[in-house]
Amino acid sequence: MRIEARNLKYTYSPDMPGSATALDGVSFCVDGAGIVGIIGHTGSGKSTLLQHLNGLIAPTSGDIFIDGECITGGKRNLTDIRRKIGLVFQYPEYQLFEESVAADVAFGPKNLGVKSDEIEDRVRRAIEVVGLDYEDVKDKSPFELSGGMKRRAAIAGVIAMEPEVLMLDEPTAGLDPAAHRDILAMIKRMQREMEMIILFVSHNMADIAELSDRVIVMSEGKIAMDGTPREVFAERERLTEMGLSLPLAGKLGLEISERLKDFATEALSIDELAGDIERYIKG
Amino acid sequence: MIRDITLGQYYPGNSVIHRLDARTKIIATLLYIVVLFMVKNFWGFLIAAAFMFAIIEFSRVPVRFIFRGLTAVFLIIAFTFVINLFMVDGRVLWEWKFLSITYEGVSRAFFMAVRLVLLIIGSSLMTLTTKPIELTDGLEKLLKPFSKIGLPSHEIALMMTIALRFIPTLMEETDKIIKAQQARGADFESGNLLYRAKALIPILIPLFINSFRIAQDLALAMEARCYHGGSGRTRMNEIKFHRGDVIAALLMAVFTGIIVLSRSL
Repeated sequence: MRIEARNLKYTYSPDMPGSATALDGVSFCVDGAGIVGIIGHTGSGKSTLLQHLNGLIAPTSGDIFIDGECITGGKRNLTDIRRKIGLVFQYPEYQLFEESVAADVAFGPKNLGVKSDEIEDRVRRAIEVVGLDYEDVKDKSPFELSGGMKRRAAIAGVIAMEPEVLMLDEPTAGLDPAAHRDILAMIKRMQREMEMIILFVSHNMADIAELSDRVIVMSEGKIAMDGTPREVFAERERLTEMGLSLPLAGKLGLEISERLKDFATEALSIDELAGDIERYIKG
Repeated sequence: MIRDITLGQYYPGNSVIHRLDARTKIIATLLYIVVLFMVKNFWGFLIAAAFMFAIIEFSRVPVRFIFRGLTAVFLIIAFTFVINLFMVDGRVLWEWKFLSITYEGVSRAFFMAVRLVLLIIGSSLMTLTTKPIELTDGLEKLLKPFSKIGLPSHEIALMMTIALRFIPTLMEETDKIIKAQQARGADFESGNLLYRAKALIPILIPLFINSFRIAQDLALAMEARCYHGGSGRTRMNEIKFHRGDVIAALLMAVFTGIIVLSRSL
């Protein structure tokens, strides 16, 4: 699977005085399985970018290629795009509508024209992938679930479409720490088991550092940085200029190395930092 | 699609029309609508349309932008036109089986369509050039005298403020839900009427639930800031009439006079 964007530009309400350029010449390529984290200040164009890749918004100019096939020009088969690329919106629990969790999860595959005996299989699998108990929740109304469970049920609705690429827009926003941890673990597990491409947007730098194989930094509609988490988070000043920061462990590591002259660390997670400190103390 | 509805939207600007007192604009709009129904012939509509275009010119809102708002109500206008075309008795122009078009029908249909178009442009011009908050402030002041006979003028104004304030919010919400369901493969653009109506369920249910959630949050936020209704409240910016409002009132009076005169043409 290969996703390529070439010089994407997009302007919101072009004929209003308040028109805003959301994307301003975005080009990138994702080739092969892995987790790509996208970070950026509010309004930097992250969500707009995800919606482009799913064919929900057509760019003002520029092209997107999925496996070499252009999805932006002329006749495009949107159902086909959505079969390949799943998008989980921010706060996806606000789009639940069916009487039961199972029916809601089945909405996507049904729209894709999947046969009914296969739908049940898919629904069961998707609900289990997100870590819910199928027998327990399938007949429940989605509205009686807790916040974290609702979020998972909504994500299951996209997973049941069995996309090859999964995009998540701030999947952990507004969740309590336990649900937050579960969702992250779920993303990691899914990526490993299904060898898919996962793109996810987050404001939580620790999540980005922990999950991503590659980080794309957006700023004012452009791609400002693109590299491994270590490469990106090494440029603290540039990130600060763009209204971003380092993960907590990174900040802490820097703070300590400023006070202790011979302590050096590149840690981005608490684990790594603890290891570096331990080594330092033991000599 | 949903962004094309300009009715109730505000177009930021600082033109002569934008600076008029909201009360002037409310009364002028109401008067314009009444006048539209007094028009009897082609000349009256010509004058009313010319007057409208002059105001649009002064307001510096792009004409293209105003007309885009019309596309949303195009169906209603077309429906009115067709109904009038076939339903009015009179001198027959064209006949086919049970359908007939009369001379009177054509002119009535044409008049109704023009009247509707002007009516919609007129009222959308008011909201386009007036900030919602000014609009409701103006309305509250206009209704104030009626509070003596028990009309809850403040509450009505507040309800309108909230309704207007939440139009864009709910539109955004709708847009988001439509996109989210489209991402799950939902198709709103093909199939027969029944199929399309059914396709709306995945939009309407979440929208309904979300509006209740938003309303609940708003009520709590207002209570947390000690909102207790209109009695004893003062304002930071008292609205006042200026010279422009007097000129506008005079122009409106002249316009009304001309339309009344045009009836006898």
